[in-house]
Amino acid sequence: MAVEPEAPSEALRIEAVHKAFGSFVALQSIDLTIAPGEMVCFVGPSGCGKTTLLRIIAGLETQTRGRVIQNGRDVSHAPPAARDYGIVFQSYALFPNLSIAANVAYGLVNRRKGRAEIIARVHELLTLVGLPDAGPKYPGQLSGGQQQRIALARALASAPSLLLLDEPLSALDAKVRERLRGEIRALQRRLKVTTIMVTHDQEEALSMSDRVVVMRHGAIEQIGSPQDVYERPATPFVADFLGKVNVLKGVSTGAGRYRVGAGELTLPVNGFASGESVRIYLRPEDRHIEGDLAHLPNRFSGRVDHIEYLGTVCLAQVMCERLGQSMLVSLSLNQLHDLAIREGGNLEFALRVDRVRVFGEALSP
Amino acid sequence: MTGIAAPFPAPRVRLSRRIFVESFAAHGGLWLLGVGLLVFLTLPLATLFIKSFEDRAGAFIGLANFAQYVQTPALARSTMNTLMFACLTTLITVPLAFTFAYAIQRSCIPLKGLWRSIALIPILAPSLLAALSFIYLFGNQGIFKAALGWFGFTSIYGLPGMVLAMSFASFPHAVMILLAAMALSDARLYEAADSMGTHAWRRFLTITLPGAKYGLISAAMVVFTMAVSEFGVPKVIGGNYPVLAIDIYKQVIGQQNFQMGAVVGLVLLLPAIIAFVVDHQVRLRQKALLTARSIPYVPRPSPLRDRFFLVYVALVSLAMLSVMGMAVFGSFVKLWPYNMSLSLVHYTYGFEEANVEHAYRNSLVLAGWCAFLGAAITFAGAYWVEKTRGADFLRPLIRFQAMLPMAVPGMVLGIGYILYFNNPANPLRALYGTMAILVICTIIHFYSSSHLTAVTALKQMDAEFESVSASLKVPFYKTFWRVTVPVCLPTILDVGRYYFVNAMTTISAVVFLYSPKTMLASISILQLDEAGAIGSAAAMATLIVASSAVVTVVTLAAEAFLLARTQRWRVQART
Repeated sequence: MAVEPEAPSEALRIEAVHKAFGSFVALQSIDLTIAPGEMVCFVGPSGCGKTTLLRIIAGLETQTRGRVIQNGRDVSHAPPAARDYGIVFQSYALFPNLSIAANVAYGLVNRRKGRAEIIARVHELLTLVGLPDAGPKYPGQLSGGQQQRIALARALASAPSLLLLDEPLSALDAKVRERLRGEIRALQRRLKVTTIMVTHDQEEALSMSDRVVVMRHGAIEQIGSPQDVYERPATPFVADFLGKVNVLKGVSTGAGRYRVGAGELTLPVNGFASGESVRIYLRPEDRHIEGDLAHLPNRFSGRVDHIEYLGTVCLAQVMCERLGQSMLVSLSLNQLHDLAIREGGNLEFALRVDRVRVFGEALSP
Repeated sequence: MTGIAAPFPAPRVRLSRRIFVESFAAHGGLWLLGVGLLVFLTLPLATLFIKSFEDRAGAFIGLANFAQYVQTPALARSTMNTLMFACLTTLITVPLAFTFAYAIQRSCIPLKGLWRSIALIPILAPSLLAALSFIYLFGNQGIFKAALGWFGFTSIYGLPGMVLAMSFASFPHAVMILLAAMALSDARLYEAADSMGTHAWRRFLTITLPGAKYGLISAAMVVFTMAVSEFGVPKVIGGNYPVLAIDIYKQVIGQQNFQMGAVVGLVLLLPAIIAFVVDHQVRLRQKALLTARSIPYVPRPSPLRDRFFLVYVALVSLAMLSVMGMAVFGSFVKLWPYNMSLSLVHYTYGFEEANVEHAYRNSLVLAGWCAFLGAAITFAGAYWVEKTRGADFLRPLIRFQAMLPMAVPGMVLGIGYILYFNNPANPLRALYGTMAILVICTIIHFYSSSHLTAVTALKQMDAEFESVSASLKVPFYKTFWRVTVPVCLPTILDVGRYYFVNAMTTISAVVFLYSPKTMLASISILQLDEAGAIGSAAAMATLIVASSAVVTVVTLAAEAFLLARTQRWRVQART
């Protein structure tokens, strides 16, 4: 392998990018740095600006203010063709009248490469995405998942330094989506290509990326590893958007104690004045239900009103009189059977408070 | 995985030059289109507008021309006549067309494709062909002249003949709109009504009619506008019943009174613009009527209803064929109605005598150019407007100008062209009297529908094709050529056919622009008719119908062939 120049420490830098469509502000002021070989997901509800940001990086939209720097080169105002990236869209956007091979070779033909070289390259890419024999077929003859793999091969054909994925899995069936998720991630790791994916699916974002960028109202709410954003959400919005969460309305009584309804919680969180109203965020899995709960703090019990059966994991809706509200408690299927938990029965649990998040009233939605 | 690590770099220098070429091609195309529409559409219309406020010497005289118009009793009477003619035509055509479309879409009659094709036949003919047929049937030498009295008419010339002929000519246009309107109906509404035990008649009043409401309004507007701006029919069968289109012609060609011609043109523009605006509003609402989840309604057999509609549809089709057949038959009859033996004398000696042998060839040349250039310009233009990036301020201007011809009657466009191009100060004056100006004027005249067809086809293509090819560093014009054109080829053929047929049959705009050398077949019918050579007039009309029919059949066959050949890749793209 030839000696390569030292890789820059950042593949992409976005500086104060602002975008307005008329009076509508799509992006407020985005700053973000992406390292080479990193896989980053932009996630957020529709209208949060994630697709706009991706299109600005691709040069398909132009930011109102701010800069985009790719591999040390300012591409803020470069047309798409002068930037270096491959892109995959939700709709696949395969050319319907060209064979799969011609689709994959589409960007190669333009680079004055020899025929044999192109054929070899196309075969290599088709093998890479697991469809080595698809070459002579037409896009219409392939399934959605297969078409999306071809779109991926086409985007990777010229070995771009940046891969952009715009909701690539949203048009696919659940099963195909899950499989392709793993395949794209494995491929990305193998090729070490810097990748940005836009998605509204939190599970996709958590399972595929090195870092997650959670966006809302044209601004970044939190950037962090999947673990960071799930286990230590910086804002109530992030806690609520990624996964399920119980929100307890309480009042700080000082020294890590909080009154919720008629009960009291002891949490490893300080910094709220006594008497201050707070919201306590706990995931359904933040609980102990097996073993000897007697000596654990934050113990509660309640009536199981409803069990949402989801397979491996089930969610019990438990009405806690002492907390004055209902809580979602997750149970494994085994626990459901071993502890003989059923609707109408009683469930005792102790809250696991090591991942709890407490936000002041003002921050909460 | 060395291959993946070894990129195929594009040399930077070539790339930057190519990007320049690409943006030049994108913006250049837009500018070209914008300027073309400005010079050949907006400026002629603006000239017409200005001329209406000037006297013969070119001095500004305010509304004096309009005052004179209102005070001329003959012109005021023409206005009333025109309205009467258009209203009657609309009242007769739309209900007939509605029943016809209803029979096709909502009953289980056999041979629907055949009936539909027959109903569309008049499109292939100049509108005045029906007028010739009615003259053969009920005219001074008509074989059924006596039958006129039964209906209380003394003569076919005048309002009765005009309304009959115009209904025939406008029927297919109304049918097409109503067929489309009734194709869009949600079966679930009918199922819901049935499950509640609703009677058929109430179902018709509460679901079918409201669903077709916008189609009905749209069809009425189209028929009304066609009749208001019709020139050929009143010219041939109008007798002493003057209408506005005839007045314009007399003012401009007869009296060389361009100012008054411009005024009458503007008056003619009024109903057309009102109809255009109403139609546009209706189309906007129609869009919201159906959701993507609607289930198309499929009629179930009902013997009594189906028999009734079959009889109706067969009668209408028979009427269509007889009117069309009458003119064709008449063109072969030696001397109607005295010598009924068949001959080709009207096709040979008749044309020679009237000195119009070159007219048919001219028409073919015109139609060929319009089909070829029109399809290319319209499709490329629609692509530039819808799919390229940059120079965004030009797009709304072009879109507006592209829709403008739909609101402008051909006569008005024609006068605008005379006033604009026949001006010594205009460097484009050299175009005046050439075949080129006929081609340009005809393409502009029929630009709107073609543009809409092309835009619709383009919008059905994935919006990201251009983004993908930009990311692959392939210039948009290559993708246009390799992907867009092949995928849209059936639409492009359709647009070409539309231009061809309309160029063969049109009269209204070109009647002001032809020269003796560029005499057209459709216009020569008027001349032959005026000279009393109705046999040759019918012969010329027959030639036009035959050519349009041949081209239509050939393009439809080509489209079918293309679709079959590309079946493999259209499998999913078409679902």
